[in-house]
Amino acid sequence: MEVTLPFLAEGVDEATVSYWKVDEGDRVEEGDDLVEMFTSKAVFSVPSPAAGVVEEILVREGEVVKVGQTLCTLKED
Amino acid sequence: MSSRERELAVRVLGLRDYEEAYLLQKELVEARIRQAIPDTLLLVEHPPVFTLGRGVQGEQFRVPASQVEALEVKVIPVDRGGQVTYHGPGQLVGYPIFDLARHRQDLHWMLWSLEEVLIRFLKDFGIRGERRKSYPGVWVGREKIAAVGIGVRRWVTYHGFALNVNPDLSYFRFIYPCGIHDCGVTSLAEILGEGIEISRALLEKIAFYTGEVFQLEVASFQNDAEVSGVAQEKAQEQPPC
Repeated sequence: MEVTLPFLAEGVDEATVSYWKVDEGDRVEEGDDLVEMFTSKAVFSVPSPAAGVVEEILVREGEVVKVGQTLCTLKED
Repeated sequence: MSSRERELAVRVLGLRDYEEAYLLQKELVEARIRQAIPDTLLLVEHPPVFTLGRGVQGEQFRVPASQVEALEVKVIPVDRGGQVTYHGPGQLVGYPIFDLARHRQDLHWMLWSLEEVLIRFLKDFGIRGERRKSYPGVWVGREKIAAVGIGVRRWVTYHGFALNVNPDLSYFRFIYPCGIHDCGVTSLAEILGEGIEISRALLEKIAFYTGEVFQLEVASFQNDAEVSGVAQEKAQEQPPC
């Protein structure tokens, strides 16, 4: 499954990747933090929507990502 | 919603190290995610410290690194939005551990609301606090009186606001507050003159406006302060807010 950047705030359509908390191949549980990101005013972590294994990380640290864009793919259990 | 979901617990910590208060926030965020605690507002003062938000770009300090080191003030990178700021005694720091799933799942609405709390609070002192487009925080004229910046995990917030009540403003001369090169910093004491401090009445006023803006009832007001400016004021009768 694809993990995408969720809605963050009215009028905000992008955020920057600060750092990944997981690597490709890591096992994660539902709710585990995958990546920390920030907007001009706030920092947030994107949690894993399901338990599984991180397959492919698609955005790099420092990259600006649009809401709805895929951050990584996850192979669900 | 049950009545519990409209509750606000306020905890006054007094003077606490930045790192210690940060760890407490992280614990409370986890507890809030588990629904083990209601929305909670921590009110604290820190010993002098500079913190760097995730939005840092360009030069943050006005002086060479050696001068910052000579101050013996820690510089800590933290997971909040925004750029560099200073915390120190006389500055009231508020950390709301709020579940935005029960308010509005919008990070910038949260910041707007924190600014609103401070603007209503300042109005009680006859001070007109204002927002400036693309510069978070609360401003009085061209000077900044309060900074805001948050982090959020699973829609539970941490970090928050820093309101200059009567801090030593000279520390701000070492930094470009929030990365802005042409702005000054002010405090309640500077605007009102001497005699204002972080009293129980002031803390209760902040709690009251937090409840008002977020539509929460202040269900508890716990003072954990051991040694701090907030303990200086005797718990004499204060008018309810």
